[in-house]
Parts: sequence; structure tokens; C-alpha cells
Amino acid sequence: MKKYYLGIDLGSTTSKAVIVNENDEIVGRGITNTRANYKVAADIAREEAIYDARFTLLQRKVGAEMIDKPEFKKYLKDLRNVFQYGQFKRRMDSLEKTLRSTVLAFTYDNKEAIIKALNSIIESIRPQIHNGFINENLGSKNQFFRDIVSERYNAEVEKYPAEFYEPLLLAFDKSITPTENEMVQYNFKELIYESMKILDEKYKGLADEQEDGSKEDWYYAELNAIKNNYKTVEHTLRQHITDIADEDIHIAKMVGTGYGRALLPFPEDCIKSEILCHAFGAHAVFPNTRTVLDIGGQDTKAIQVDRHGLVTSFHMNDRCAAGCGRYLGYIADEFGLSLNELGPEANKASKETTICSTCTVFAGAEVKELLHNGEERPNILAGLHKAIVQRAMSLIARSGGVKNEFTFTGGVARNEAVLKYVKQMVRGSYGEVTMNIHTDSIFMGALGGAMFARRNINADLPVQEKATNETL
Amino acid sequence: MKKLSELINECKELAFDLSYTRAKQWKEEKPGRAIVGYMPIYFPREIAHAAGALPVAIFGGGDRKQIIKGDAYYQSYICHIPRSIIELALDGHFKSFDGFVFPSICDVIRNLSGIFRQLNIGSFIKYLDFPQNFSKDIGGVFYKQEMEHIIHYLTSITKKEVTAEALNHSIDLYNKNREMIDFIYKIRQDFPWRLNMEDVYYIVRAGTVIPVEEHNKLLEQVCYHIKENIGTPQDKVKVVVSGAFCEQPAVGLIKAIEEAGCYVVDDDYQLGSRMIIGNIDAQSSDPLMALSMGFIKQSQYSSSIYDVSNPKEYRLAKIVKDRGADGVIFASASFCDPSLLDAPIFQNAFNKMGIRYIAFQYSENINQYKVIKEQVGAFSDSIKLWEDEPATVQVTNK
Amino acid sequence: MAQEAQKEKSMVLQKEMVEGLFDALSKVSETGKKVCYTFVPGNLSELIRTFDMLPVYPEINALQSAMRKKSASYIKEAEKHAHSEDVCTYVKCDVGMLMKGNIGPTGQKLPEPDILLLSYTGCFTFMKWFETLKREYPNAKVIMLHTPYQENAKMTPEMVQYMAKQLRDEVIPVMEEVSGVKYDENKLKKILGYSKEAGDWIAKIFDTTKHKPSPIDAYFAGVYYIGPINIGFRGTPEAVEYYKELYSEIMQRVEKGLGPITPEGEMKEEKYRLVVEGPPNWTNFREFWKLFYDMGAVIVASSYTKVGGVYDMGWRHDASRPLETLAEYCMNCYTNLNLPQRIELLSKCIKDYKADGYITNSIKSCNSFSAGQLAMMREIEDRMEVPVGFIESDLVDPRYFSYSNIKNRLESYFQMLGQRKMMENQEV
Repeated sequence: MKKYYLGIDLGSTTSKAVIVNENDEIVGRGITNTRANYKVAADIAREEAIYDARFTLLQRKVGAEMIDKPEFKKYLKDLRNVFQYGQFKRRMDSLEKTLRSTVLAFTYDNKEAIIKALNSIIESIRPQIHNGFINENLGSKNQFFRDIVSERYNAEVEKYPAEFYEPLLLAFDKSITPTENEMVQYNFKELIYESMKILDEKYKGLADEQEDGSKEDWYYAELNAIKNNYKTVEHTLRQHITDIADEDIHIAKMVGTGYGRALLPFPEDCIKSEILCHAFGAHAVFPNTRTVLDIGGQDTKAIQVDRHGLVTSFHMNDRCAAGCGRYLGYIADEFGLSLNELGPEANKASKETTICSTCTVFAGAEVKELLHNGEERPNILAGLHKAIVQRAMSLIARSGGVKNEFTFTGGVARNEAVLKYVKQMVRGSYGEVTMNIHTDSIFMGALGGAMFARRNINADLPVQEKATNETL
Repeated sequence: MKKLSELINECKELAFDLSYTRAKQWKEEKPGRAIVGYMPIYFPREIAHAAGALPVAIFGGGDRKQIIKGDAYYQSYICHIPRSIIELALDGHFKSFDGFVFPSICDVIRNLSGIFRQLNIGSFIKYLDFPQNFSKDIGGVFYKQEMEHIIHYLTSITKKEVTAEALNHSIDLYNKNREMIDFIYKIRQDFPWRLNMEDVYYIVRAGTVIPVEEHNKLLEQVCYHIKENIGTPQDKVKVVVSGAFCEQPAVGLIKAIEEAGCYVVDDDYQLGSRMIIGNIDAQSSDPLMALSMGFIKQSQYSSSIYDVSNPKEYRLAKIVKDRGADGVIFASASFCDPSLLDAPIFQNAFNKMGIRYIAFQYSENINQYKVIKEQVGAFSDSIKLWEDEPATVQVTNK
Repeated sequence: MAQEAQKEKSMVLQKEMVEGLFDALSKVSETGKKVCYTFVPGNLSELIRTFDMLPVYPEINALQSAMRKKSASYIKEAEKHAHSEDVCTYVKCDVGMLMKGNIGPTGQKLPEPDILLLSYTGCFTFMKWFETLKREYPNAKVIMLHTPYQENAKMTPEMVQYMAKQLRDEVIPVMEEVSGVKYDENKLKKILGYSKEAGDWIAKIFDTTKHKPSPIDAYFAGVYYIGPINIGFRGTPEAVEYYKELYSEIMQRVEKGLGPITPEGEMKEEKYRLVVEGPPNWTNFREFWKLFYDMGAVIVASSYTKVGGVYDMGWRHDASRPLETLAEYCMNCYTNLNLPQRIELLSKCIKDYKADGYITNSIKSCNSFSAGQLAMMREIEDRMEVPVGFIESDLVDPRYFSYSNIKNRLESYFQMLGQRKMMENQEV
């Protein structure tokens, strides 16, 4: 039996899981939002990683040659989306139930009207979400159940008169938490067949789309390929799915890390500091890494590693949350933007407004004053992003500066404005340095954890062989 | 004679020239010249002058220097000025400086002298321990010895002998310098609209980065202009600003206070240029002792001088009275130990004496001050509205 | 501090000394003894004793208040009266305690000072503190003893003379006047003789950490060991007896190969040997300590135990030059050393006691310690090639002690040390 190793990184905003095989190759990854029940968050991330692993195995069985064909690519992409929808739908069913019973327990005078409104909201968001997953790639947008539902729910609530707001929003707040914290078990095989059925119908109904040049060439290539070949793909996949679904993904060892690691239901010797895990993960992906900057939700870390990926020195931000992801959260709230919109908005700036206070308490007031003085929103945002990166740079300086190569990880690395300033300032202070920034840098901590698990954390040591260079 | 606006512009340029262009030029003009940088608050510049060196004040980077390296040296709960000084040092702004003097103001500046040593910046580093003993034979002698050390460092670079005559000449030049600055404050006490605080700030600060002879020429012209009845009086209250002696507020803040309805008729920004009250004996046969006693007996109250024999609250109260001020603004740099630790002493005393005040904190790099402006405005209004009421207004801001 | 069964004789001796002092303080109205408020760094215990006065140490009261969980309310009280949130919490804790009736650590009211003896050593805030106290106690006599900073890593003859003159011409006359006791140099010399002896023992005690395992924790237990010399007993036969006893107890541990005693009994396995820079946190002292011993970390040297005098570099009180020796003592306290000297001293500790790592506990209140600690740390990391760790807390303000934050950092740090040790062993 093959052995797999699991790393779980329980962060303050997101929980990540990575599964590696005996060669340190990543076979599965999962991510979800961290919630009140840490165990559920960790379990969901792990389950996701296991599903992901099954897909990986499926692809391997089918073989690289086949997988590279456009129709396979397209089919698998769609399949993952629809598969996600299947999971989503079960949780959605549960949420609908909870919402209804929550509202039933209300004592508002207009309770009947509220129930009616709720039902009609549910009816209208259901197809939206269905359509989002099946036809619009919603599954690949890194959005979590809570985000997806609340965005649409709130939009619907706004269509109602003001007196409905409070009860409807209250109902949602009361229902989302228990739904989220409940662990739902899925049957992989069942879910995947269900998904294939949906896809079958989808492709059958595909109309001919005119090539009007509004989309890239590959889009049409994929579309045409799938229209003509989906039956073949289905057939090929079916040959392997049962095997894959029944395969025991045996997790031989696991390691938990991250901000909430102490709360993970792991034995104490399976808990490892996120500093070590992030560094180890980043080093595994980019073996020449010597300096790692990780900006996470709760803290910022500047880490120096040696050629084995072992930490030689690290610095974390001081007590205040200034300069880490949490700060971006405050800023987003201050501007009424979502976290994902911050970076792009900041990048529209014509200049960076000087922001003095990276203190979360003071920055709010400063931002208000700046807006009041007529400063442009993107310029202020650019200033804020720059301020965060400045803080990170001084942490790096504290830990000994940037050494070649430099790897930037953590959730905040996804923010393009942050990325821009990191590049700018690293070059400015340290000259030409190879900079590794990976779109999946958020998984580095979990990857490091999984790799520690594979090395049997009791032995506590990385093997000195050259770490794998495979990208995530 | 230059126009006042020209003079002010010239001073403005000089005051915030973080490249210290004029000082470096001066050093290049003749071999054997040296530059000594000094930190706030006070440094007896006369000794540098007599030793053939140009004393240059280092007030930090203000809101004109982006801080990255400096932050790596300091925790978040330490004031801002040492960060920007380190940033300036590491970015080469002090390249032609020969040495640095760190007067004893607080633990942060004291320890900064150690960081300069550790980083090997400059050919000498001197922490100047001001005496906290005020008798001539003890503190006086000690301070004289401290100055002798600095002279020794400087003359080993300039190869110049410091004679009594040279020292007396330097003392005389700085006496004149202070006299003229005092004159500007005297004019402002009665006619604060002739020259606003922002301009006074530029004029005084320019003097900390150029040779005293040049500054004296500038001052002579400024004094000439403000003897004329220029400007238009406005309905503003008169205040004294206290507590901003080391890390300097951004100019915008200095300006904002006056814009919010106050004439600042006295202050302790750049205290060092005005530290000694009155002239120092310029004819002594022991001019170093004269300087020493000048510091011991003629110093303005300061957070860096132990004050038990001459309590600072009464001294500030007297300034308020002499200047005809309506109240006091306590402006402290965030995390400034000396200023913040003195605040309760002043404020508790002023509550009893019925002197109005407000207090706020700033940071050299913060150039937004809407809240402060509102506070100052409210303070000024409350003074105007309740002129007969002795009540104290207390607005404290974190 | 330890379990009943492990109560050593030295602890009993210390307890007797402390209780005796507070008892005497509570009885000054009957005995007529004069009270001298003063600070630990550069404390002139010997001189105070020469004049039969009793010392009160505001910092000690503040840290005791913190350990008794009273500091938060004292600090708030001071902050209500214009004391800034951003300054030394010892000062605020002391001022707050004063405002709330000046009840000392033993529950007895502390007597007012007859003398405020400001030995202005290594900390600018001390000066502000006594300026504040002078306004609260207008009748107290004030003595300012200015200790020059060792800015050039030297105690020059002129610095010594400056201090000796202050002592002779200003400190002693006021003490004579207030106490009504004539200055007796022979008495002072005798007292200084005991100080020297105590110094010898202390140096030996803190040198026992060169053993493996270290028989003591030089930080968390060290702060208890320095108690007697720091609260006025330096220069007494009692202190000498205490340190002699303590040393023999420690040597017994060494012979048995035992590690240090913790509040939860003997430390089982010594995994990491550390040198710590910076004062401890007092509000959560036990919790803070536990974070270390739980992970098998023992502190083999700390700068904090040197605030009341540095004895490791060979300096001792010299009774033959009484005033000069007091001057040197003051100038030689840890926070009166310049940064390069501090680096030197700590590097020596790392080397002599074979430390695996160096940790800075950066204290928000104390800029005398904290300003420059990051530069020190970088230099030590480079020079000594030991992994360095950085945590932040405060002296007596519980708002600045974040358990999870510190734990997170320490855990990461110890795991890093663990990896490194394993690696080194493998290479060997």
C-alpha cells in the first residue's frame, strides 16, 4: 500500500491541507476558511485534499499523453467545478433547512412575510449558484461556501423593503455558523458520477458558438474539442474512476502547523511551528531559497534558511497587527471593498499617498482624513500597501536582509499590489535577486508540514537529498 | 539687502536640506575643516566653532525620508527620530561628517550613540553627559572636561589649537546669534503677525546647518525687516508650545497650530538654539568654564536637566505670563520619554494655577493633523469665548 | 517559590531579611529611623546603612505589585492623572500605588521618604520619576547623584572624581543632616568589606551555570538570588551568610548532577541553554518561566541580574577607597554600560556558559534596556553564530503580556534550536 503524508496549516483566515507521497510530490491540496470549529476547518481542508488527490491519481492513470489533449483538459476542469458544486449543494441544502427553521422560531409580527421572502430568496440564489458552478467557473475562484452564499443572499435581501433587512440578515448569521461548523461526509464515487451526469447534459446542450474573435483561440479549440469528443473522454475516465474512488489514501503521518496549531486535535509531537513549515515548504518548491517572507493573516515573518531548508533565523512582526493580512482586512472594511478587490484597486494609483500609520487603530482615522482631503482612493490604497511592505522590509532587515534567492509566501502574496511593492523594494535595497513568487504560495506551510510528516517528525530532520523541484 | 520673502525661502531650503549641502561645501572650501553632527537638544556649538569645525544639527528625517532600515533597529514603541537618523546615516547623508555628539537627553539617544559606535559611523562618537550637579567645582568642572574631550577629538582632525581668544570670539558670535533670535521672539510676542511661526522655524533651523557667521548675516536682515510694521493682525489667541524639543513636528503641524487660531509666542522647537538665556561671558580667561557655567546657571528649563532646585512648571508659567500668552500647548513626540514623563508635572501644576492647556502627541513623519487642528481650534475658541472664566480646558489626545 | 519539600535554607534566610526590612519600615514612627527612597541600579546601600537609614525601592514595590496582580489598577490610576500610556510602567505603578494609599508589598503602609536619593544610574526615567516624587513629598530632602555613562567603555579618573566629589560634598552632608548621624568612614569601610565578600559569592553563584546541566536558572531564579544585594542588604553579614549558604546548596546540586529547581519541581531534562537580555515580565512571571522550563530551556546567564551591579568582569568593592569604590560601583551597573560593552559582556556569557541561543525580551517600558537591543542582537548573532530569538512584553503592565504571542515565538525558536542541534550532532 502506498503511503501518504498530510500537512495541515490552520491559519487565522484559511485552513490549508497538503498531501505528499513518498517522493515529496504533492498529490492533493485543500483549502477552506477557518471557522469557529477548528477541527471542522481542518477536516474539510483534509477532505478537500483527499478529493484533490483522487483527481491527481485519476489524471495519472489516464496518462500524461491523454491529459494534455484539449478535450480532457476541458472536461476535467469542468468536472472539478461540478464536483465542487455537488459538495456545495449538500451544504446549501443544509443551510436552507437551518434558515427555514431559524425563521420559524422568530417572533416578528411580519413572520409570514419573512418566510415568504426567505423562500423566494432561496429560490433565486439556487439557480444562480448552479449556473455559476456549471457554466461559469465559480469553482476555481478561491471562494468559500460562506462567501459565495452570503454575497448572493445579501444582494437579494437588498431588494426587499428595509423592515426585512434585520430579520433576514439575522436569520443568515444564525444559520451560517452551524452549517459551516457541521462536518458533511460525501461519497466520492457517488458525487463524481453525479457530476459526470450533469456534464453529459451540459455538453449535449452546447450550441455552436460563433467565433467572433471576442475570446482567445484556445477557448474555441477547447470548446470544439469537447463538443465532439466528450463521450470518448467520459468513457476513458469511467474505466479508472472506480479504482480511484476505492483506493485507500492512507495517511501514514501528519503534521499540523499554523496560527491555530495548538487547537488541532493532533498529538503534541505532530504539531510544528509554522515558521519551520513555511520555510521548509518554500525551500522544497524553490530549493535555492535563502530568505523567505511570509505575510499571513495574523503575522508577518521574515525567515532565513540554509541550503537544507532549515531555519537559521526568523523575525515576526511585533505585537501589533500592523502590516499583516489582518490589517488589509481592516482597510478593505474601511473602503467597503472585498479583500480580492484591494490589490487591483491600489494598482490603479497614479502615485502613493504617504501613509504614516500602519497602526490598525490610527490608519482608519488617517484614511478618513485623506479621503476627506480629496485624495484619490487608489492612491491611498497604494500608500497603504506600500506601508505594509515597508514594515515587512524592516522585518527582513532585522533578520539579516535578503539573500539570494528570495521567496515570498502566504495569503497576502496573492495581492498584486503587495507583490508589486515587494519586488520594487527588494530590488531597491538588495539589487538583483531571484524572486520566487508562486500563485499557490498560500500552501507552503501545509506543504512543509506534510514534508516534515514524511520525514517522521520524531527524527525531526529533513533528508539531505535534493528537494523536489516540482511545482505545486 | 534681500527681501524678507527671499530670506525665508533661503532659510527654508537650508533648514530641510537633508544632504547638508552648505555644510559639505563649507568643509570643501578649505583643508583642515571638519563637520560635527549633533543630536538634540543642546550642544555648545562655540567649542566646535573655535576648533575650526562646523556644528550641524541632526533633527532626523522628518516627513521627508522614507524609513526602512531604521525600523529594523527599533521596536514599535520607540519614538521615530532615531529611526530616521539611522536611515540617514545608512543612506550616506552624513558622509562628510567627521564625528557625532549625542547630548544626554534620554536613553534612546544615549543608546543611539552605541549603535553609531557599533556601525562605525564617523571618526569619533561622543555621548555628551550634561552634569546634573550644578555647583561650579563639581558639575562645572565635569562639564568642562566633557567639552575638552570633544575639543580634543575635533582638533585632532582640524589640527587647530583652541585658544582662549578663539573661544571668546566664538562665544561672542553665538551670543549675537541668540540675541537676534531673541529679538525675533520679542517682536513676535507683541506683533506675531509680522512673521509667522513657520517662517521663524525656518529661520532658526537654517542656523543649525550653516556657519554662524552666515546665519548672523541672515538674522540681521530678518531683524531689520520685522522692525517694520508689516502684516495684518488676526483674531488669534497667544499660546506657548512646550514638549517638542527633540523629535520635531512636521512643518505642516507647526503651521496648522497657527492656522487653527493660535499665535505661538514661544516654543521649545529647536531648543538648543535658544537654550542659554542671556549672554555668556565672552571675555573670560577661562572661556570653557564660562561656557560651562553658562549652561549650569543660564539654561532654559529642559526635560534633560534635573530641575528640583528650579521647578520647570513655575518656569513655564513665568514664560506664559511674560509673553502674555493665553495658554499652553503640550506637544509631545509619541513615545518621547522626557516629554511625556514631564507632562503630568506640568499639567497637574497648571490645573492648580489655572493655566489653560491642551496636550497631544505627534510623530515627525506624520503629516496629517486634522484631529490636532480641530483640537487646537476648539482650544482657541474656548479661550476667546470664556475669557473671564479661569476654568482649565483639558483635551488630551492619544 | 518552590514546593515545600524543596524549601532551601537560603530561601528562609532571604525571607527573614525581607520581612525584617518591611517590619522595620512599618515601625519608623516608633523607632525614629529615617527612610531613604532610592533605586536599584547604582544603589548606595552601604552609605544608607552607614547612616542607619532604611531603604525603600520604588521599582521593587512596583514589581511586587505586579506579582500580586495589583499593578493594572495602579497604572490605570496614574493614567487618569495625565501619565501617558507610552511611558515606563514602573513609574506609573508606583505613582498609582501612592495615590491609592502607598500600601507596600507586605500589606503595610510604607513610610514617607525623608530623603529621595536619586542615584541617576543608567536610566533617564529615574530622574523624571524622582522629579515626580519630589512634588508628592515636598518635605523630603532630595539628593541627586549623577553617575556618568560609560560612553567610551571606560571609567576615567575624572568620572570617578566627579562622583566622589558629589558624594563627599553633597550626598554625605545631606545624609548627616537628615539622619543626625555623623559620617563614619571606618563604619563604611567595614560595610564595604562585606559587600566585597557578597560580590565574590555572587560571581561564583552565577558562574555555576558552566556546569551541565546547569544547577540554576540564572534569570527566573536569578532574580531571587539578586534580591538581598538589590534591596539594601549588600554590605551585611546576613547577605554574606545567605550567599554562602546558597552557593553550598547549588554545589550540592552540581555534585548530584541536578538541574535547576522550578516552581513545579526539578527541571528534568536540560535541552537548551540560553542567555537572555532584558528584564523579565512580572505580571505573568510564573507563566513566562513555565514557557521555558516546559520546553527544557534553562537560562545560563542574563543581563537583568546585573542591573544592580556587574560582578562577572572582576570588579569588586574596595574598602580602602570607600567613596571612589561607590562611584565605580554605580558606573559599573549593567544599564550604565554602552552598547558595545553590553554586547561584549553577553558574548562572553554565551561563550563561557556554552549557550545554544540568545533571547531578547524586549520590554516596552524600559528604553534604557530596549533601545538598541535589535542592533545588539544582530551583532551577537553574527559574532557568536548562535540563533537569536526576540519576544516582547512589559515589566508590570499586564496589557502588554500576550501569552499566545510569546508562546508562538518561543515554540518556533525552540524548534529551530532543536533542528539545529540535531544537525550539529549528525555532523559530529
